[in-house]
Amino acid sequence: MVRLVGMALGLVFCFVLAWAFLVPREATQPDPVKLLHREPKEVSWPHTGPFGKFDRAQLQRGFQVYKEVCSSCHGLYHVHYRDLEKIGFTPAQVKAIAAEYEVPAIDPNTGETITRPALPTDKFYRPFPNEQAARAANNNAYPPDLSLIIKARKNGESYVYSLLTGYGEEPPPGFEVPDGLNYNPYFHSVNIAMAQPLVDGQVEYADGTPATVDQMAKDVVAFLRWAAEPELEVRRRVGLASLLFLSILAVLSYLTYRRVWADVKP
Amino acid sequence: MSFPWAEQYEPKSPFMKWLDSRLPLPRLVFNAVGPGYPVPRNLNFFYNFGVLAGFALLVQIITGIVLAMHYSAHIDTAFASIEHIMRDVNQGWLIRYLHMNGASFFFIVVYVHIFRGLYYGSYKAPREIVWMLGVVILLLMMATAFMGYVLPWGQMSFWGAQVITSLFSAIPLVGEPIRQWLVGGFAPDNATITRFFSLHYVLPFVILGVVILKVWALHIPGSTNPTGIDVKGPQDTLPFHPYFTAKDFFTLTLYLIAFVAVSFFIPNALGHPDNYIPANPLSTPEHIVPEWYLLPFYAILRAFTVDLLFVPAKLWGVIAMFASILLLLFLPWLDTSRVRSANYRPVYRIFFWLLVVDVLVLGYVGAMPAEEPYVRIGQLATMYYFAHFLIILPIVSAVEKPLPLPNSIAEAVLGKSAAQVAAAPSGGVVAQPAE
Ligand code: HEC
Repeated sequence: MVRLVGMALGLVFCFVLAWAFLVPREATQPDPVKLLHREPKEVSWPHTGPFGKFDRAQLQRGFQVYKEVCSSCHGLYHVHYRDLEKIGFTPAQVKAIAAEYEVPAIDPNTGETITRPALPTDKFYRPFPNEQAARAANNNAYPPDLSLIIKARKNGESYVYSLLTGYGEEPPPGFEVPDGLNYNPYFHSVNIAMAQPLVDGQVEYADGTPATVDQMAKDVVAFLRWAAEPELEVRRRVGLASLLFLSILAVLSYLTYRRVWADVKP
Repeated sequence: MSFPWAEQYEPKSPFMKWLDSRLPLPRLVFNAVGPGYPVPRNLNFFYNFGVLAGFALLVQIITGIVLAMHYSAHIDTAFASIEHIMRDVNQGWLIRYLHMNGASFFFIVVYVHIFRGLYYGSYKAPREIVWMLGVVILLLMMATAFMGYVLPWGQMSFWGAQVITSLFSAIPLVGEPIRQWLVGGFAPDNATITRFFSLHYVLPFVILGVVILKVWALHIPGSTNPTGIDVKGPQDTLPFHPYFTAKDFFTLTLYLIAFVAVSFFIPNALGHPDNYIPANPLSTPEHIVPEWYLLPFYAILRAFTVDLLFVPAKLWGVIAMFASILLLLFLPWLDTSRVRSANYRPVYRIFFWLLVVDVLVLGYVGAMPAEEPYVRIGQLATMYYFAHFLIILPIVSAVEKPLPLPNSIAEAVLGKSAAQVAAAPSGGVVAQPAE
């Protein structure tokens, strides 16, 4: 009975699938955007690879780029000012950086809403109070939070680097870039609302590194990687130690296993 | 519930004697995973995956309990609370990455365990209930994992919940009310996240309960073994402890090496980047895909593209997807061959490996966008999936001529001369004496 019902059901499924298989398909037009879209460039950083470590100087340069360029449009929602101590800023420097921003607060005496200088324990200042304000200021586009952007995109670091350095190409003839958008073949729709954010010499690095677009893009991407994965170095260190420990344990447990079974197998 | 030659528990210390006569817990452990449980001596490493699955479940429960201490089940705070765990909770990133990847590893070991059961005929009498409880565990795991994936309230959480719950609306007449009742509204919202959190917390304990039933049921006939023939005497078995505890511990270390390597070095490789974008009901992701371990079933769902026999395509897909798992419950009766192990079933063995390839193809197709050639490949692969279980298996098991079986496990392991084969009627079924 089970077998008969099963066979009937199987035949019905196979019939329906065979029918669906044979139904002719409508020819699909290749998407013109897909043809223009490009895969990210290959880049590497000091922290690339399983044993890589962040270059503190690069992270600080990247922070400078974020602060002086990107932060006018993009927030870093999940990062606190105090976290900057982990990339080599002193507590006094962090305090000074935080104090440059005014954040909303409540006056403890009158209960009125006021602003006060940000503290190291505050999260990063957000350039816009809400999404509507951000869109209003950006041609109805929404500049996303950057604190997770590296994890939130496929090939995160290479992608953001390619995006930042992917401006300036002429679109192919006949391809109209809509008003207010910019041609960038690395963006999924190849038309991005963000205008080219980086130009040569836009920031002045204290350590004298030439501020080329390429250099600034690399630096800010390294900083964003740290912002997305502040635990990266600890994670790799603990991971390595755990693997070492487990490998030794595996050898010992293998020997134990062989010893226990020594009298069994012929 | 064991073989008559199983070692009996003898409490050694006066304290154990005292305890055993009041609460026979030591006896239970001794008989379940100690020297009191005789196991076929010829088990290979594929038989270790059951224990690994149990370990994976415990890892999920322990890391999950800790995560629940810091997680906030509300649409406004869920996403940020995950980032709080990742950044501000001490070792929070470790706990979360272990939980995230632990789910994937749980499915990996369970899938290997299931295919091992298919290869060695573990679902056949007298182990039908062991097998069926396993199917129940698989279903519970899928529900639990799906709801867990919704909790971070990222883009894939939201849209995954939207897609999966909308499957229920394919049911005629009552579908839409059922969907709204499950979701707690017209679309996934705060009511969804709170109920999913509640269920996601409790279901693993239900799984644990079913696991206990399953192990209990398993201990009556004991494990199958690669020859598929029954245990006939003491020369065929070894006590679980120390032989299999030592073996399991070794495999556990290998499992942990793989688990740690992924969780610490490529923790997001098995996930989807879109889930690091907060849920946005107004922006649909380009491709909505479930977690990798559900992809073969997703491919089956999407393989049905035409309305036929008055049934809309979507309903066909939903019926087929549920059928693809539920048919496993009937496997013991679909396969009538008296020989268990595929080692002695030359024809079945070919189809078994075809099924392995087929499921891998389905998984690949499930990850691809719904366009040609993937749709057609998926349709062929889905056809084979159903044909394998519902048509090929019953026919093969009726017409196949199995290879000659060894007389006993000991003979298969040690060779005829060395085995002191007990004088059991060859080929006859040896009754399993109850305790
Ligand atoms: C003038 C405002 C502005 C500045 C300055 C700016 N951006 Fe943007 N950015 C935007 C807007 C608007 C979008 C949304 C684009 C869209 O959706 O088309 C965006 C999008 C992005 C994206 C997301 C692209 C995607 O895949 O969705 C990244 C990454 C990004 N910006 C990085 C940066 C970095 C790094 C900097 C600093 C070097 C920066 N932006 C400076 C306005 C800005």
